[in-house]
Amino acid sequence: MTDQQQVTVTIDGRELSVPKGSLVIRAAERIGITIPRFCDHRLLAPLGACRQCIVEIEGQRKPMTACTTTVTDGMVVRTQLASEIARGAQEATLEFLLINHPLDCPMCDKGGECPLQDQTLAHGPAETRFSEAKRRFRKPIKVSETVLLDRERCVLCARCTRFAAEIAGDPFIELYERGSLEQVATDPDEPFSSYFSGNTVQICPVGALTSPSYRFQARPFDLTSTEAVCNHCASGCNLRIDSRRNYVTRQLARDNDDVNQAWNCDRGRYGFASAQDPERVLAPLVNDGGRLRTASWPEALRRAVDGIRARRRHGAGVLVGGHLTDQDAYALQKLARVALGTNSVDARTWPGTAGEEAVDARVAGSPPGPAYRDLDTAGAVVVVDLDPHEESPILYLRLRRAALLGARVPVIAVGSRPGRLAEFATVVHTAPGGQAEALEQLGRGEGEAGRLLPEDRRALVVLAGWRAAATGGLLPAARLADRLGGRFAWVPRRAGDRGALDAGARPYLLPGGRRVADPAARDELAAAWGAQLPPEPGLDAPGMVAAAAAGELGTLVVAGVDLTRDLGPREQAEAALARAFVIAVDHQVNDTTRHADVLLPAVAHAESEGTWTDWEGRVQASRAALQAAGTARTVWELADQLAGMLGSDLGLATAARVAEEAARLRARPAGLVPPPLPAADGGGQAPPAAPAEPAAPEPAARADGQPGAEADGGDPGGAALALVSYPLLLDGASMLRRAVDLERATVAAFAEVHPDEAGRLGLADGSTVELDFGENRAVRLPLRVAATTAPGCVFVPANQPDLALGAMIGPARGIRVAVRAVQEAAA
Amino acid sequence: MSADASPPPRVEPVSVLTSRWREPRAHDLDRYLELDGYASLDAAFERAPGDLVQLVKDSGLRGRGGAGFPTGMKWGFLAKGTGRPTYLVVNADESEPGTFKDMELLERDPHALVEGIVVSSYAIGCTQAYVYLRGEAGFAGRRVARAIEQAYDRGLLGRDIRGSGFDLEVVYHRGAGAYICGEETALLSSLEGERGQPRLRPPFPAVEGLYTAPTTVNNVETIATVPWIVRHGVDWFRSMGTERSPGPKLYSVSGEVRRPGNYEFPMGVTARQLIMEAAGGTDEGTRLKAWTPGGSSTPMLTAEHLDTAMDFEGVQAAGSLLGTAAVIVLSDRQCIVRACLNFTRFYAHESCGKCTPCREGTDWMRKILQRLEAGQGREEDTGTLKDICDGIFGRSFCALGDGATSPIYSALKYFRAEFDEHVRGGGCPYPGARVPAGAHQELP
Repeated sequence: MTDQQQVTVTIDGRELSVPKGSLVIRAAERIGITIPRFCDHRLLAPLGACRQCIVEIEGQRKPMTACTTTVTDGMVVRTQLASEIARGAQEATLEFLLINHPLDCPMCDKGGECPLQDQTLAHGPAETRFSEAKRRFRKPIKVSETVLLDRERCVLCARCTRFAAEIAGDPFIELYERGSLEQVATDPDEPFSSYFSGNTVQICPVGALTSPSYRFQARPFDLTSTEAVCNHCASGCNLRIDSRRNYVTRQLARDNDDVNQAWNCDRGRYGFASAQDPERVLAPLVNDGGRLRTASWPEALRRAVDGIRARRRHGAGVLVGGHLTDQDAYALQKLARVALGTNSVDARTWPGTAGEEAVDARVAGSPPGPAYRDLDTAGAVVVVDLDPHEESPILYLRLRRAALLGARVPVIAVGSRPGRLAEFATVVHTAPGGQAEALEQLGRGEGEAGRLLPEDRRALVVLAGWRAAATGGLLPAARLADRLGGRFAWVPRRAGDRGALDAGARPYLLPGGRRVADPAARDELAAAWGAQLPPEPGLDAPGMVAAAAAGELGTLVVAGVDLTRDLGPREQAEAALARAFVIAVDHQVNDTTRHADVLLPAVAHAESEGTWTDWEGRVQASRAALQAAGTARTVWELADQLAGMLGSDLGLATAARVAEEAARLRARPAGLVPPPLPAADGGGQAPPAAPAEPAAPEPAARADGQPGAEADGGDPGGAALALVSYPLLLDGASMLRRAVDLERATVAAFAEVHPDEAGRLGLADGSTVELDFGENRAVRLPLRVAATTAPGCVFVPANQPDLALGAMIGPARGIRVAVRAVQEAAA
Repeated sequence: MSADASPPPRVEPVSVLTSRWREPRAHDLDRYLELDGYASLDAAFERAPGDLVQLVKDSGLRGRGGAGFPTGMKWGFLAKGTGRPTYLVVNADESEPGTFKDMELLERDPHALVEGIVVSSYAIGCTQAYVYLRGEAGFAGRRVARAIEQAYDRGLLGRDIRGSGFDLEVVYHRGAGAYICGEETALLSSLEGERGQPRLRPPFPAVEGLYTAPTTVNNVETIATVPWIVRHGVDWFRSMGTERSPGPKLYSVSGEVRRPGNYEFPMGVTARQLIMEAAGGTDEGTRLKAWTPGGSSTPMLTAEHLDTAMDFEGVQAAGSLLGTAAVIVLSDRQCIVRACLNFTRFYAHESCGKCTPCREGTDWMRKILQRLEAGQGREEDTGTLKDICDGIFGRSFCALGDGATSPIYSALKYFRAEFDEHVRGGGCPYPGARVPAGAHQELP
């Protein structure tokens, strides 16, 4: 701002200084003058179509649109407040907009929050001079599964089409026809399918675009708005929850230019109905001989504590869900360490890998790292093992904006499936396990991507996805940033992941990035907590499940995790549920809660009060929109109560206490220097749990040996490809239960291979293939052929409603799969 | 201009742009070459490109597409040193009602345009030119396409034209039939394959035009005039027309005249000479009632204005615009409300829909005029029509909206009584009305 040139402009007699290049409409806002507008949106390119913002500018032959005119030094502007011409023009435009508008405000969802309605009330004609027949259209029409369009109400401001084209890059919503028949429509062959479609509804200045779930549900003035933070992913979107009579009617994106600007994704917008699931558990349940029955809180808690005590000899472990608040994660790890005497507390769903601990220690405790804003000014951004369009949609929008709309920042995507990042990034494809070598080469400035590294290496930003730990990309990514002097951030998938890391929900990390192995850190916390801390590291999450399944772990406290889906394979998870004493804390029913010994109902997102830490390390407060359903309690409250009954006072009995203590201890203490990253030794990336196998493994051999394969004639029986799998944005997650807007937008499971691979294997797009995982586990899926998946790999979404692959194969990595064509039976 | 002022002097017709129109095979390259075709190329290639731009500036040539912007100055605005190519786009989308000069030129003498493109492109440093032709113009299109093909075959287009070292590619593109695509930025959008809607200016096409490269968009007649200036010089060019509107000009005369057609005169010929003499005036027993000087988008004038000099300044002084110099003549047999309805129907149909005033206003006016003509007019309709025009004029995104108000404004100015007659009489008093005046009253 300081080095930006300022110009002086006079608006309605008031002189002000604004940055050169400002639009008149923005300059006027600075002094509190709102020039009416419909097509203008501060984040969209100026259009000048609605002509509502016309003002008079001295020296101009014609009145001008304030939304397209940039301020020049000495310009004298008169708005509707000071100019007859401006006022007349605005009134005329308003009259034009109204002649064909249905004036169905009493039944329109926008009524009460409609710019057109507001302006008509303020400046519009009381009666219409238009006595002709109004335009009629069939209504509503479906623009997409999540957006309905009433064309009669549309004022053709093109905000929706511009949002789709400029911001989201999903341009299949367009203006069709011309003149008074102009209308928003979609290509019948290319449906508007966008993860960001709900934003078009939010920015529609009239009631033309509506969402099926909110349509005809409420009047805006009957709603209570609550400022919250989205808990679906680690993007940190600021959210407005609108509720009425203690249920959520809709969610909107709340403006925050540092984070989500004015946007959010459809999952965050529409995925709120699980709190209103009729199957939701409203009171504690206890297991009586295989049957769950309702119990009082005292009884349930007593049963939980008795169970823990009875199996104390075998120890306990705490599984921390990925969608809990920072305070919940903090309280759970304190429960584990102080009351259960173990470091077996983990918020991950993937097996720990070499080097991860060192990187975690760097990231935890929110030291200043790269933020969203830094993407706009970065010299280059390297994205490792992350598909932001699916895994962190707002990060995707911000990267897209940096790459295409702003400073044209080079984006380099390293990994097996960068997804739609490929639309603007330079892709370095690697099979799982190849990331380390690829990043090594990139660091040396080699290859097409290497040449994109900025001259000033400090301007480099490296973002590593949560999957990087398993593929061996995490440590090399952090090292790349280290070596070049750039900045590094870990981009987890789930909203609570970063907060849980900061809180110390790791078997090797205490709150604030302190290491379990560091005696001084343990002593510091022991003093703060007034308790002894276990000195030895605990089990990681898969380790806990395996131990429980083997009967080696007495108690599992499971808060917001479904073992059968998140920590498969399913058989092992079921064994763990059967053998260990399981205390489940959740707001939803799932296969884990069904088999729990005690189920303690927890609050849902809209009922939670607390903070969420996004991937940047930004801590944002979220307020509760609803009262807790039934007798549900917060997770931190339950942790405190369980500990208390076990004889340990966590001191977290009130929201204020937990907030204060968590904030104080989650922050990295001054003077704490994380250990250096392990040196590159070429072997650091091998995951201990399931080593990546470079050579063709068993399944392929097995597949070759199967008699059916030979019968396929020329088909050799399929080839072994490296499996790449992660959940899509719209998946079978329990959080999306009852989200009617999203159900039909969620795709069925599929397998995806690179065109080269498809060519090599003779597989056609749209055909059915069989994926053989070995051990008699095989699935048949429709095949997609797309260049975003690396050659040598096959991608399968991890958690679609029709195929929960994660539940089937578990978190093991380095899997190779035999892929072969299925001969369509003659029908 | 009042009728008492002494009329401008009579001028003689000229034959410059039309000089080959009587030659039956002038559209063929062989015949065109025999008629001194492409002679301007050698004259142009001898000069530095900058000198040619200066020559066109000195000639005072003004754009023939309607706005009359000085062509040399427009070329001078082209951004230099951008690292991007410079494009010449010929606007052959001639769609203004009453205008048919470019089409006849392209049908009879298409090489005149190609020759002009070569010379103009050389002047502005363009090696890739486009001809954007109106979608409906099938015959003219075939002639232009053939002319371009012939020019390529003879080395008049392509690499190293006539050994000059100058390369030029020309792409011929047919529009899809939208009036708005005559607006230069909408034309560029359409040419790029986008929806034909006007773009924001600035950036002006001279800075960011076709594919965001510096672009000049010139009318067919303008480009076809350039070779004549190159061959015969500024003094010759300025010997025709007036100081500020020099040179020869094609005038399209249509409507109720005995000899409708294109006429070539020096700029500044009087409307009287053009309409009453050259085109033969209106039919026996009728009198001239109204005429447009430059297509339907320019305000109508009346018999009182026949001594108007048909140049940019003269017509403006009379309260209208020269536009495309397309004169549409209405006799006293014609109903002005019906004429307005006819024009307005066109604008409502052709409005691109981008901006509110034009999209909604033109259609509203159409509906009111339809009602007036159908005998359902109301006292307040003329006031409403005037207000709608006020809401469109100067407020719409591009000039289409302004143009749509011209017939209404001028009709209300000169023929207001006729509107009132439609209201009071309950219908149209003119022959051919669907609902004759008084028809409603006669119903039992």
